[in-house]
Amino acid sequence: MNQNSAGERLYNGIIKENPTLVLMLGMCPTLAVTTSAINGLGMGLTTMVVLALSNAIISLLRNIIPDKVRIPAFIVIIASFVTVVQMVLQAYLPFLYDALGIYIPLIVVNCIILGRAESYASKNPVIPSLFDGIGMGLGFSAALTIIGAVREILGAGEVFGFHFMPESYVPFSIFVLAPGAFFVLAALTAIQNKVRINGEKKGKDMSRIQSGCNSDCAGCSDSGCSRRFYGESKENDTKGEVK
Amino acid sequence: MSDLMKVSSNPHIRSKATTGGIMGAVILALLPATFFGVYNFGLHALILILVTVASTVLTEYIYELLMKKRVTVNDLSATVTGLLLALNLPPGAPLWLGVVGGVFAILVVKMLFGGLGQNFMNPALGARCFLLISFTSIMTNFDCDAYSGATPLTALKAGESVNVMDMILGHTGGTIGETSMVAIVAGACILILLDIIDLRIPGSYIVSFVIFIVLFGGRGFDSAYISAQLAGGGLMLGAFFMATDYVTRPITKRGQYVFGIFLGIMTGIFRLFAPGAEGVSYAIILGNLLVPLIEKVTLPKAFGKGGERA
Repeated sequence: MNQNSAGERLYNGIIKENPTLVLMLGMCPTLAVTTSAINGLGMGLTTMVVLALSNAIISLLRNIIPDKVRIPAFIVIIASFVTVVQMVLQAYLPFLYDALGIYIPLIVVNCIILGRAESYASKNPVIPSLFDGIGMGLGFSAALTIIGAVREILGAGEVFGFHFMPESYVPFSIFVLAPGAFFVLAALTAIQNKVRINGEKKGKDMSRIQSGCNSDCAGCSDSGCSRRFYGESKENDTKGEVK
Repeated sequence: MSDLMKVSSNPHIRSKATTGGIMGAVILALLPATFFGVYNFGLHALILILVTVASTVLTEYIYELLMKKRVTVNDLSATVTGLLLALNLPPGAPLWLGVVGGVFAILVVKMLFGGLGQNFMNPALGARCFLLISFTSIMTNFDCDAYSGATPLTALKAGESVNVMDMILGHTGGTIGETSMVAIVAGACILILLDIIDLRIPGSYIVSFVIFIVLFGGRGFDSAYISAQLAGGGLMLGAFFMATDYVTRPITKRGQYVFGIFLGIMTGIFRLFAPGAEGVSYAIILGNLLVPLIEKVTLPKAFGKGGERA
């Protein structure tokens, strides 16, 4: 995939550089508002809208904004969008507005948004920046929704407000309290790391077998070996994607 | 242990202490409190203790099998964790509560941090606080066949009078193992005689707690009030059996005094000024978290290091 294509940006934001689970950014809303799946989803989507729009505008203005005052300029742009989104939420989704409370205005200082503005949007064209924002926002929403859903299931026996657990289930109230956020986030990050490490281990082993195969049997034609070749070419592709 | 360390040529005298031996002695020392709890609260308490111990041991065994680690169930540390956790549960608690607590203690607090010797917090107390926050109503409901109504500490906090003699003997409501001061102190004597624990932590804990209560309890030096505070709740069990946990206490001597004093003050603050009547378990796990800092500050200087050059 091309490094700046829309699809690659979405994949990068949701999986490879998931802001919550991989980059560990935006921890404050992650831990604070994920008491239920709907709150997590609402926070994630709100952030996504701000992120995509601010990325696009910052990218448009990237050649005009003087380097020395770029941070205040970014903040002004981000804050404007947050204000717009906050008013829209207050008008049309008052229950979400009440549930998220102070964390909506705090999106202004969400480090994911400033981070993407600084590291991506201020250096890249508009379309990739827009999709970078959407990808990162979707990754953030997915992580927050999953954390919220797990906490809601364990802590209240429901998900999205539907009863999920049998009647006899006694909810672990700790999961809707602050410590539960840490437990769930830690568990999800552990799973993510496990998957990544397993993948890397496979890649590493494969490359070792690969080199042996190259030197030993130049005319190797057995199926196992050709599969390894395929594996290597695929692996090189993924390496190419890393910036 | 001798304070004087001599290094001579070999052969050296080797200590026969093993983890299994020490943990076995701790179990032995907990038996008086366990038996008294069963006698006091009946058959359900016994079943709850057995189920909780089984869940901690099985969790450790299954985790180590799955993770292809050396199975360390034989060192009895999981048994001690299970027993301590069970003694910290209310006698009427459902059996699944013991299982949930046991799994949390071993899996999350102990194994995920690297197993015995690596856990930063006492597993039994970590699990107790987890259960206390999760299932507050079950964990603070001490009604059972034998007793109903408030525990002595709750009554004391409400300003009612309590029977101190009953509290010292243990004929009161409370968690399974905490009620009888006599049984706990008898067990603690075994540990002290076997040289497994010393009085540094329990002593500084209890003395600083008493001083705190006298200063801020609002009753001055009222011996009935002080003895009720000492005999009530988990103070004795915590001071002798949980604050002295080898893994989660400071290793320096000065650090152990600091640790004990911190626990005494925190317990006093929780008991006097927090909404709940009891605070021993929170005090100890907070203390556990400070242990690395305490050790850093109280580390003795190596001979020849530091000081001014002449």
